[in-house]
Amino acid sequence: MTTPPTVINTLRPTLARALAVVRRIIGAPDYALYLEHMQLRHPECAPLSMRDFERERLHDRYSRPGSRCC
Amino acid sequence: MRILKPLGWALVAIAGAVAFGFLALSRGEPVSAGWLLTAAVCTYLVAYRFYSRIIASKIFALDATRATPAERLSDGRDFVPTNKWIVFGHHFAAIAGPGPLVGPTLAAQFGFLPGLLWIIVGVAVGGAVQDFVILCSSIRRDGKSLGQMAKEEIGPVAGFTALVAVLGIMIVLISVLALVVVNALKSSPWGTVTIGLTIPIALLMGVYLRFLRPGRVLETTAIGLVLLVLSLYAGRWVAEQPSIAPLFTLSGTTLALSIMVYGFAASVLPVWLLLAPRDYLSAFVKIGVVIALAVGILVILPPLQMPPLTRFIDGTGPVFAGKIFPFVFITIACGAISGFHSLIASGTTPKLLLRETDARFIGYGAMLTESLVAVMALIAACILSPGVYFAINAPPGIIGTTVESASAVINNWGFIVTPAELTALAQQVQETSLLSRTGGAPSLAVGMAHIFANVLGGGGAMALWYHFAIMFEALFILTTLDAGTRVGRFMLQDLGKNVWEPFGRVSWYPAVLLASAMFVSMWGYFLYQGVLDPLGGINSLWPLFGIANQLLAAVALCVGTTVIIKMGKARYAFTTLVPLAWLVTVTMTAGWLKIFSPDPRLGFLAHARTVADKLAAGALPAGVKTAADAARVMFNDRLDAAVAGFFMVSVIVILTDSLWGWVAVLRGTRATNNTEVPYTATAITAD
Repeated sequence: MTTPPTVINTLRPTLARALAVVRRIIGAPDYALYLEHMQLRHPECAPLSMRDFERERLHDRYSRPGSRCC
Repeated sequence: MRILKPLGWALVAIAGAVAFGFLALSRGEPVSAGWLLTAAVCTYLVAYRFYSRIIASKIFALDATRATPAERLSDGRDFVPTNKWIVFGHHFAAIAGPGPLVGPTLAAQFGFLPGLLWIIVGVAVGGAVQDFVILCSSIRRDGKSLGQMAKEEIGPVAGFTALVAVLGIMIVLISVLALVVVNALKSSPWGTVTIGLTIPIALLMGVYLRFLRPGRVLETTAIGLVLLVLSLYAGRWVAEQPSIAPLFTLSGTTLALSIMVYGFAASVLPVWLLLAPRDYLSAFVKIGVVIALAVGILVILPPLQMPPLTRFIDGTGPVFAGKIFPFVFITIACGAISGFHSLIASGTTPKLLLRETDARFIGYGAMLTESLVAVMALIAACILSPGVYFAINAPPGIIGTTVESASAVINNWGFIVTPAELTALAQQVQETSLLSRTGGAPSLAVGMAHIFANVLGGGGAMALWYHFAIMFEALFILTTLDAGTRVGRFMLQDLGKNVWEPFGRVSWYPAVLLASAMFVSMWGYFLYQGVLDPLGGINSLWPLFGIANQLLAAVALCVGTTVIIKMGKARYAFTTLVPLAWLVTVTMTAGWLKIFSPDPRLGFLAHARTVADKLAAGALPAGVKTAADAARVMFNDRLDAAVAGFFMVSVIVILTDSLWGWVAVLRGTRATNNTEVPYTATAITAD
């Protein structure tokens, strides 16, 4: 009975990656990527909280033309 | 291997040519949709492989070792190096809207061939080129927007004209799309309830995502999708209750006012509450339905009932007035060439590209995919019997308001349809009537329902699939409408702050409310006049939208040509000059005809004159009840003429400004300064 959990465990990262792809295609902001970027490039700055980050992204997305087409 | 490759391409080219030949020579009997798909896909493959290569290697010399803005300016927010498949999906979801569905459906009145040829040829040498060139130009300039590039590459006059033109286009675009929704929901309690419920669903998702499960976008969207399906059944339930169905059986004017209220709310409410959740939902449904439609068409390969050419190429068509030239090229904008794409190709997309070389797949490739969607919409419209197609798409001013009158008029055109057939079809999709549901959405929905019901379920499923298709189209349109209203509000505030500074404050409520109300009343006015128009409104508004969209494409192609000439690649400037010359010809001819044509069905001014003559003679034109209404009709005609005139003047201004610059650069009186960001090598290693 050890096989099913192993299968799930091996599939889990693939599934997580697939879901991340879907999220980005529909245009959802990716907080994990932002955190990774901040750690890499600006380790001295405190990153925005997830809530502030998403708020900022949404505001930006809907304030300029070019995010949508006919 | 060296021989096999060219051989393979030769086979693709031959297959495409055979399909075109078959379509062109088909007379009399229905042809299979398979031929259309073969002709389209083979042309796309050849164009992608050979034509887009000129832009990729000869003009821009795309270089995988050159760092992209996503890498150089990486900020974890806008600029994020992203896998090309993800960027492709995101870019496609952003460019594919209701345009490629509606335009081809309307243009089917000429038969399937003119629309098909324009979609396929137009995309290969026009639309995909525009998207690709603008994307490349933007990548080389830190992801600058079209407006910025117009200002910096051509000049301040062109830049300002482009800005005002974009605002004008948004007004016409939103009003015509809203009119499509109104015509689809008019006296349809099922459709109205289903679409109405998508608003509380979005609000619920917004609250859920904000307070209960922050960041769980996919989970929230999945819940939204389930609720969407439930709303479809809820709509049917309401429509079947004689006690409450009349409450949701709304007139065109009521629906128009409701949509204006909705647009206003979307512009002033926080985006997390309404806009963002709706967008997620819509992107999902969009990609899902497009794939489902493609699979459905491939599985049943339906025969087309519409002939290749109809008698209406002479300009007497009931769906919209005007001859095949220039009006097929105006009616189908999105799917062949759409100026709006240039805003996206210089918006989010250039900030995401991991490698420069991905631009070909994303810029050129995604547009080819959208073109395929347009071909599928054309197929869905043409599998209906022509009689049914015209009954749904012709305005009441032409076919009357009863199935008997409609049948008599349409039979007279040579397309046979009986009153019983029309009644039976309406009953089959559980609508009171399908007559004169202009705007393209209902006839496309009948076509899609036909395909889906054929693949997945029998006759009883038609009504569900019909309303599913209506919901899908309305969801598409409303997400363009609400986000467009908000963007329009911001643009208005940005322009208005030059006159009165506080008006520009984007979080000051009085300014927000005022700017939103102003923008909504602008498109709301056109929507309202369209709803009251006895000729259906689409007849006058859709050509205006087409002209506006092609104007923006002309702006984009002017920017592209300028960039190419300044790079010293004038030899290859034909890639953008050919579609530019064609678009200028088409928009100028169409604009001129819409304003000055002596035919009152076509020319705005001629129509105003007929109304005036009727009034002077003491009579009222058909469909107009009072003298005040007639005065309003005349005012609207002149307003439409002025709008068309404004778009034409804008084209001339930008074109003249650009031409001036090209001549100066080519004669050497202006330096061929390269405004590209200098080369930096990428640090991202190949994976």
